[in-house]
Amino acid sequence: MKISPKITQAVAVTLLGAATLLTVAVLVFIIIFVLGKGLPWVDWEFLFSAPKEMGRAGGIFPTLVGTVLLPLMAIAIALPLGVGTAVYLTEYTRETRFTRILRFGTDCLAGIPSILFGLFGFIFFVITLKMGWCLLSGGLTLAIMVLPTIIRTSEEAIRSVPNSYREVSFSLGATRWETVLKVVLPNALPGIVTGVMLGIGRSIGETAAVIFTAGSALRMPMSAFDSVRTMSVHFYILAREGISNEKAYATAAVLVISVLLVNLAAYSMMHRFIARRSR
Amino acid sequence: MKLNGEKIAKYALMTVAFSALASLLLIAVFIFKEGLPFMLKVGVKDFLLASDWDPQAGKYGIYPMIIASLYVTFGAMLIGAPLGVAGAIFLNEFVPKQVMRVVKPTIELLAGIPSVVFGFLGVMVLAPFIRTHMGGPGLSVLAAAVILGIMVLPTVISISSDAIGAVPNSYREGALALGATRWQSVYMVTIKAARSGIIASIILAMGRALGETMAVIMVAGNTVKIPHSVTDPVRTLTANIALEMANATGMAREALFATGIVLFVVIMILNGIALSVIKTKVRKK
Repeated sequence: MKISPKITQAVAVTLLGAATLLTVAVLVFIIIFVLGKGLPWVDWEFLFSAPKEMGRAGGIFPTLVGTVLLPLMAIAIALPLGVGTAVYLTEYTRETRFTRILRFGTDCLAGIPSILFGLFGFIFFVITLKMGWCLLSGGLTLAIMVLPTIIRTSEEAIRSVPNSYREVSFSLGATRWETVLKVVLPNALPGIVTGVMLGIGRSIGETAAVIFTAGSALRMPMSAFDSVRTMSVHFYILAREGISNEKAYATAAVLVISVLLVNLAAYSMMHRFIARRSR
Repeated sequence: MKLNGEKIAKYALMTVAFSALASLLLIAVFIFKEGLPFMLKVGVKDFLLASDWDPQAGKYGIYPMIIASLYVTFGAMLIGAPLGVAGAIFLNEFVPKQVMRVVKPTIELLAGIPSVVFGFLGVMVLAPFIRTHMGGPGLSVLAAAVILGIMVLPTVISISSDAIGAVPNSYREGALALGATRWQSVYMVTIKAARSGIIASIILAMGRALGETMAVIMVAGNTVKIPHSVTDPVRTLTANIALEMANATGMAREALFATGIVLFVVIMILNGIALSVIKTKVRKK
């Protein structure tokens, strides 16, 4: 009754292959389905005109602007904090209990679900600091959310800068800070940019944390204290309230393309970075 | 002058380095501050174990939602974990490196698809399918579990695959030299060596499934009820927060923050386990 190892292997490999194929097929199906249903409705007018009747007609221009502004604001806040943390952890200190606690904090922050960021952003920025639903509240909340990504990618990028670069800089009489500014950071830049792109991608796709902090006003934001609606939030409202399936699909198509392009840019940059390093 | 600049830079960076930890603490403090007094007032046991949720009538039991979150999360893991781990093994061990180099980034790229899009597909494609073939309203435990199962695939595949890739080649060569087939070497050696990374990937994915909100709101049906079958609609903890947040004030809002505390604590425990599993592994090396 003993089954030969060769047969077991054939069965196992077939099953594993089928599982992999299924995974890839499902994910590819999702993309094709959304693009297939949505792209026919997307044209210049849809992208660059204002929505009418709550989004039942017209375009998505204000949400497009919100989708650009909100992630940019989040990155503007998170980038100095994230890179600063990474520089401190890699260039200014050894592994101690202190750095382990900092790292643990970063790892925990990365695991917090977006709805809790939404709750926090709402009670802290919107209510306690009396900022209301606005671009700035949303940007600050998203900044905290993407901070772990930026810290990790920057840390890896900085670590991959060869030590000999630093030694040369020191031997020329440069101080630590000068070395960081003129040698380490420029060489780590592609890796840092990868982290920024990933952070932007995540911000574009985020809904739960944004809807409770940036609000969902469907008009052009004129200042950092205006409420904005991003494409994700707009899509969610269109789909959930059954306002218009066509517009929902069209918005989803634009949303998916934006996120994929940003992530693709991040990954290709990372690959070029790795390729250059390993040469 | 120069020395001063150096010192300023050092202390500025040290301050900045606290940003992530400080944010984490700030989040914990504000969610607890808002929810804990409420939880103590209602009674922790009554809050967690009572089955009636009706904020207008002053009833705040989240038991049905705890059960719903558990069912949906475990359902998602039943789908996502085997498929994801199988994918990671197949891509690492049975496929040429070039294929792996294309497929893995593609899968990771798809991790970026916004959760609302997954939710919408659940509504448009999966729910009607369940309604016609299995009965019930379509929006259900099953729909939510399948959608979440798909959503966690990139997490499981990416982290497991890193763990499997980190197993030294000499392990595999040793097994093959002893006459094992390729599958035997995978099954008896590689998977065992990568076990902790694989487990960590599953626990992290569990945290993601438990914390996912928008997709679940769209596909789970949102009825506050303990489900009796997989085709029953349910409301999860996350959905409860997001659905009622817009209109809740006073006690009702505090109840949502108390729900947030439950979520926060469970997720922190899951992440803590995942991190320590990874850490002990690193130390052993």
